Amino acid sequence: MSKGKFEGYGGQYVPEAIMPAIDELEEAYEEYLNDDGFLNELDAKLRDYGGRPTAFYHAPQLSERVGTKVYLKRDELLHGGAHKLNNALGQVLLAKKMGKERIIAETGAGQHGTATAMASAALNMDCEVYMGAKDMERQRPNVFRMRLMGATVTPVETGSATLKDAINETMRDWATNVEDTHYVIGSVVGPHPFPAMVRDFQSVIGREIREQSMEAEGRLPDSIVACAGGGSNTMGAFYEFIDDEEVELHAVEAGGSSLETDDERAPNSASLNIGDDGVLHGARTKILQNDEGQILESHSLSAGLDYSGVGPELAALVDEGRVKPATADDDEAMNAFQILSEDEGIIPALEPSHAVAHVLREGDSLGDYVVINLCGRGDKDLETAMESIGMDMDVGFGEGA
Amino acid sequence: MLELPDEPALIPYFVAGYPSVESTPDAIEAFGEGGADVVEVGLPFSEPIADGPTIQNAITRALQNGMTPDVYFDKIGEADVDIPLVCMTYYNLIMKRGVDKFVRDCKSVGIEGIIVPDLPVDESDALYEACEEHGVSLVFIVAPTTTDDRLERIMERVSGFVYVQARLGTTGARDDVSGATYDVLRRVEGYDVPKAVGFGVSKGEHAREIVRGGADAVVAGSVFVEGMEDGIEEIGQKARELKQGALEGGQEAPKSDESNV
Ligand SMILES: Cc1ncc(COP(=O)(O)O)c(C=O)c1O
Repeated sequence: MSKGKFEGYGGQYVPEAIMPAIDELEEAYEEYLNDDGFLNELDAKLRDYGGRPTAFYHAPQLSERVGTKVYLKRDELLHGGAHKLNNALGQVLLAKKMGKERIIAETGAGQHGTATAMASAALNMDCEVYMGAKDMERQRPNVFRMRLMGATVTPVETGSATLKDAINETMRDWATNVEDTHYVIGSVVGPHPFPAMVRDFQSVIGREIREQSMEAEGRLPDSIVACAGGGSNTMGAFYEFIDDEEVELHAVEAGGSSLETDDERAPNSASLNIGDDGVLHGARTKILQNDEGQILESHSLSAGLDYSGVGPELAALVDEGRVKPATADDDEAMNAFQILSEDEGIIPALEPSHAVAHVLREGDSLGDYVVINLCGRGDKDLETAMESIGMDMDVGFGEGA
Repeated sequence: MLELPDEPALIPYFVAGYPSVESTPDAIEAFGEGGADVVEVGLPFSEPIADGPTIQNAITRALQNGMTPDVYFDKIGEADVDIPLVCMTYYNLIMKRGVDKFVRDCKSVGIEGIIVPDLPVDESDALYEACEEHGVSLVFIVAPTTTDDRLERIMERVSGFVYVQARLGTTGARDDVSGATYDVLRRVEGYDVPKAVGFGVSKGEHAREIVRGGADAVVAGSVFVEGMEDGIEEIGQKARELKQGALEGGQEAPKSDESNV
């Protein structure tokens, strides 16, 4: 009877009040994901509004530094500055077809909230975004962006006042207003069908990579490297290549300040690397928890990776050995952020800076030809970077440590 | 297995560890003295997605006070009462302890039923089997949105009582009885299992209306938790008010014994 399982992970662990809406969503998703009319409409929006396909760029200086050929899949050029719009447009369009009147979403960094506010404005729907009070403080420009685009941004003060608490609160709203409201989850997490549906909406990234890779290099890459918070950019880049065993898939999590956890806190967001089996936010997956099953507060310099769980399908792919988990810590990510900016004139978001850091560290052990999913741009992180680096950056930087 | 009395029942809920770890057995006893027929004892989980602000805050405090599953079973074991207890918690804590062990631990301290608000019937195989094996009732929630085919599946597995969720949303004390209560009660009327209504119940008058409307029991949580901020003295009185309301409602209810054979 239980649905949406990936080797035992996944499923639907949600209150009964929401189950009928989830069943309805699953039906609609299955119907529309095979409906040419819907898919054409979505493709057109992604192209004309979002700016797809995004560029595939050979990064010459970075390649030289790393000692292997590195390409960037430039989803940071998507409207809004991150891959999040792929999913938000898909889900808001689906909600509209389902006759829902109101959109709600959680956001951590504000990127998914921004994308959902955009998609809601573009498709003329009401939108409310829940955001941890602490994250609102850290990401003020995104709060303002969402409000400019007509969304209501509601602070969440409970718990650690970050992403997981925002998800809790959005679920509570959904359980209250489920009849006319659709919850646009921002990553490949939550109850079935969200992990599969978000993956499908994001897998346009991987399809483009395949085509562009064949065009540019006449072959598939040796490795694809993506950061993983919940894992939507990750699954989006990987899904197309699951059966191409010769392509290595590397998921890079936030190592934060340390991989050591205590009873209440994990100073990292490395659920694929150090988490274990549990149920969080509607799905069974790898989570950061203590011995009793209480969820640990996670940490990362990058708000978008700062989450105690991870998508169930990604957890299964790691267990199967198909996806290799890795971490990059706060300092490595900040260093990579600077290196890519200076080498290529591309300021990455702190999230994909973790993927860049992994490539800087692993070098040609990743093969002769590597693709990094550059899923977001760094404008939102300038304040964090200024605090960390300081305004005077003329000394000793860019030397790789 | 959990059994409700023949008369209209009161099922209060509170969060173990709130206001303090030490007060936990005392609260259970105070409810018993106030006329409660079953006490639902919440085992606090860090992500209570089905709960409103009152219970969320109590859960946060309880965790800060050091409430853990081990302490929970110890403290419940200390309570000196004759009425059955029900454990309400979220699934991750059950899974982490081991489903079978969790159910055995419940049984060993007088917990006769388990309610898991984030475990729909679809995912309940493991817990259902363990409950069957150890003779513990698994209580399910029926919501205003529950469809007919889901209702069927829930009713195949439910025991002890069915928890009728009176309104959409989260737990929290309200000022009125929602119209949805009666709709859901009507839909479960034909099933041979006691019906308990919860979500929003806060007054004797609510209890009376709900029982008059066909319920066998009322569940109230947030109203008690609100009153426990400064201690547990108030809860006995509130319990008496709700129990009294339920009994009055029972006298006014049209008799429909044939559904309860
Ligand atoms: C640029 C960027 N990358 C990655 C993420 C992490 O999400 P996911 O792991 O679902 O791709 C976020 C989340 O906000 C983001 O903004």
